[in-house]
Amino acid sequence: MNNYNSAAEVFSYLSRNAAYIGPQIHLILWGMGILILDFLVPRDRKQVIGLFSLFGIGAASIHWFRLYRGGVGRAFFDMISLDSFSLFFQLLILIASALTVLISYRYLDTEGEQHGEYYALILFSASGMMFMASSLDLVTIFIGLELMSVSVYILVGLLRFNRKSNEASLKYFLLGSFSTGVLLYGMSLLYGVSGSTNLLVIGQAVGQNPNSAAVALGMLALMAGLCFKVAAVPFHMWAPDAYEGAPTSVTAFMSVAVKAAAFAIFYRIFMVSLGSLHHFTMIVLAVISMATMTVGNWAAVTQTNVKRLLAYSSISHAGFVMMGLVAGTELGVRAGAIYLFIYTFMNLGAWAVVVLLRRRNIAGEEVEDFNGLFFRNPGVAVLMLLFLLSLGGIPPLAGFIAKYYVFAAVIEVYMTTASKLMLALAVVAVINAAVSLYYYVRIVLAMFIKELTEPADLNFSTGITVALVVTALATIVFGIYPTPIIKLAEMAAYPLL
Amino acid sequence: MDFLMRNILNIVTYFPLVGVVLIILWPKGKENEDEIRWIANLTGFVGFLVSLPLILSFNNSKYISANGMRFEMDREWITAFGARYHIGIDGISMLLILLTTLLGCISILSSWSAIQERVREYYVYMLLLQTGMLGVFIALDFFLFYVFWEVMLVPMYFLIGIWGGARRLYAAIKFFLYTLFGSVVMLLGILALYFYQHSQTGVWSFDVLQLQKLNVPANLQWWIFLSFFLSFAIKVPMFPFHTWLPDAHVEAPTAGSVILAGVLLKMGCYGFVRFSLPILPEATRHFLPWLLLLSVIGIIYGALVAMMQKDMKKLVAYSSVSHLGFCMLGIFAATPVALQGGILQMINHGISTGALFLIVGIIYERRHTRLIADFGGLSHVMPLYATVFLIMTMSSIGLPVLNGFIGEFMILQGVFSDPALRNWAIVGASGIVLGAAYMLWLYQRTMFGKLDNPENQGLTDLNVRELATFIPLIILCFWIGLYPKTFLQYLDQPVLQIVQRVRPDILQGQELKAAEAPSPATAPAATR
Repeated sequence: MNNYNSAAEVFSYLSRNAAYIGPQIHLILWGMGILILDFLVPRDRKQVIGLFSLFGIGAASIHWFRLYRGGVGRAFFDMISLDSFSLFFQLLILIASALTVLISYRYLDTEGEQHGEYYALILFSASGMMFMASSLDLVTIFIGLELMSVSVYILVGLLRFNRKSNEASLKYFLLGSFSTGVLLYGMSLLYGVSGSTNLLVIGQAVGQNPNSAAVALGMLALMAGLCFKVAAVPFHMWAPDAYEGAPTSVTAFMSVAVKAAAFAIFYRIFMVSLGSLHHFTMIVLAVISMATMTVGNWAAVTQTNVKRLLAYSSISHAGFVMMGLVAGTELGVRAGAIYLFIYTFMNLGAWAVVVLLRRRNIAGEEVEDFNGLFFRNPGVAVLMLLFLLSLGGIPPLAGFIAKYYVFAAVIEVYMTTASKLMLALAVVAVINAAVSLYYYVRIVLAMFIKELTEPADLNFSTGITVALVVTALATIVFGIYPTPIIKLAEMAAYPLL
Repeated sequence: MDFLMRNILNIVTYFPLVGVVLIILWPKGKENEDEIRWIANLTGFVGFLVSLPLILSFNNSKYISANGMRFEMDREWITAFGARYHIGIDGISMLLILLTTLLGCISILSSWSAIQERVREYYVYMLLLQTGMLGVFIALDFFLFYVFWEVMLVPMYFLIGIWGGARRLYAAIKFFLYTLFGSVVMLLGILALYFYQHSQTGVWSFDVLQLQKLNVPANLQWWIFLSFFLSFAIKVPMFPFHTWLPDAHVEAPTAGSVILAGVLLKMGCYGFVRFSLPILPEATRHFLPWLLLLSVIGIIYGALVAMMQKDMKKLVAYSSVSHLGFCMLGIFAATPVALQGGILQMINHGISTGALFLIVGIIYERRHTRLIADFGGLSHVMPLYATVFLIMTMSSIGLPVLNGFIGEFMILQGVFSDPALRNWAIVGASGIVLGAAYMLWLYQRTMFGKLDNPENQGLTDLNVRELATFIPLIILCFWIGLYPKTFLQYLDQPVLQIVQRVRPDILQGQELKAAEAPSPATAPAATR
């Protein structure tokens, strides 16, 4: 390997670097393959494409695993940083995408919108998310973000003949573009201050002039843009409409994967580049976090539509995830990572049950549609019970471990700094944790206590059964024995400190 | 055998789950319901039997750890943040575990004919609840404790929500949110302790026995105490956090009420005894006047409200508020006698109030009403029932020879013995008078007088099954009333340890008693 000519040198450089984005390349290629395959598969056999996309995710996962076994490093002139933080979120995104495909294919048949593009777009957006998770540069972050966002805008509007879906898509697209603009504005300010788009260089530049107005403005613009992406108050308005109008499987995907990817860059930018402003960002983020969980919860209490209810609950969960960033410590990053990981399983599980309730001519979106579910499908009702209790943070389910970690992160900061704000945040958070049970229990009540009103069979498929089993197992097992996740998240926290 | 004994706490705690699995797997169908009932009852009964070795081998030196805990087990659990599977019991938790298994067994038996709908689920929830409650009493790791503490909310929610009375949904959610709110606030307190402990010792641990050795600075103690207080006081419930209790009791099915009064409320008291007092002694002393005030208000307020009730079950529910006020008075006063009395009174209250709820449940099952005004002269048609009711009434109001007397006497004597607290004892004693008034008045209005309501004339007396639910409770009433030492001897040592932490000042003259208690140093170290 010592003597090679220049063409080989280039090739070797590319192949060495490309290895670090292998999973993303896999997803893109398989997605393109799907687009071609779509022409060859007859209209009534489109489920095959779903299976094909699962293979794609599987291939990407295998590549991910190879990287996990020893591929950490930087690539493309530090634009990509494949570290344990990226690997953690990439795993999460792969899992969320696979579960989404599993719950989708029968659902799309029911909606009459079975298209090959759906799966391709899932893969493309997953690829964008994975770029976001592994970027160490504003440019790659932005490209990943756009790849994800544009794919998801289309996915939200997939139900072409459903006005709500169209409205949701347009709303999401317009507001999303606007927020992307704000985000770009913040990025350009930071570039102006540091002369570089590299997060580490920006971090140094910001550390040298922490009091500059440009830095403060850039930080605020970035924060606003990212808050929009994670649906944090006061930039959450789009979420309930988009979540309600989107196809349920897409809503599930958005509420976990999009949120996780957005939080990944949120955490990375604010820890790596803007870490020196933490004394200030902490205050703003704490207020946003409190507002997010409170507004999300109180709005959820009055909802009668399950999709809206879960949308608001997802807003409030974003507030909890943000607590880790507020803490800004090693424990804080770990808490955020653990929270998102566990949230992926329990929330996807709950959405999978909502998808099950969608049958031909039955929307299955109202809380009343859950009435008496226990009498018809006790197994499904019990699983939903587990997901909801886990979302509410009841031990020994995984959601409790998630809540425990974010509380611990904030209390740790309180114990070391005696900051009243941290105490307030912790108290607001526990009150919200209790309030959230009120609306989760409403669904439980409908399932277990109300009379059965809708006798039609649930819309089962092999995929959704597998998804339910996986998410339920994860919810239970990680609640009783969370050590594997904690270990993963512990490693994930290092690159950000 | 030795292996079984070393794992006895796990066996006792998780045995009900065997019943749960069996019931879930049993063939479906209405005709199998009796078999389900048999399984549940057998599980409850065997569950009680397997808990007996706890008291029988309690002083077997093989199972005593160096720290005085029995049947201790300490395993790694969540290594990442130091939560351990650490279980073990001392005298206090042992008595409460026996109370739980006994009342669990009895309440399952009492549901045989009362529950006709969704039988299978009913017993599943009952047994799950049983495991959750037992777990609370065996946990020596704060994290583990918290897990069990929250776990049992869910089955109780269903028991009230599905098999309850007319306003069951409201009562169930109220119970759920009240207790949940208290416990999440407690979680913050636990975390604060956890981080403080780490800052002092460098160890990440939730171990209760380690936490009890900490000397937390006063300022921090107050905050943590308040966060614990909210959780435990809601559970007890202490005035003014009691408002969920009447609703939950009135709406819950009979067995649910028995468990609620008999065991769930005790978990609040147990929390104070196990955590608040020994871990946060300074804060306990600091807040003592307020704690005693709330206890005494609870005693008198509960009694006065009970007196005005028209519904028998509500009356018994408010009497619980009053009785629990007594327990808390004794516990907070924390003189050795008062504390022992408070703990004994927890057991007594479980027995007598549990029985009173059964009594109300039996008449409700026959007549579908609990209004006092609908009854009168029942002793003519139900002599056996009237006798049992009489014994339990007497036990509840603290007649000598019966258990209630011993508990209340010890509490009042213990509080009175401390000159600083003397006035509280005097005020608290008035609660006994009021208690006698409402209970006797209830008894008189329902059991005596003319049997003038025609619907009551055809009532049948207790059947064998119903009688069987009372017999163990009656025996215990007399046993504790006549020879309390059987039970008190297990309390000496743990109570002394708590008093040493909370009120070292009053132990000066009591060195002799301390020497009597089996000292940890002489007990051989149990193998882990």
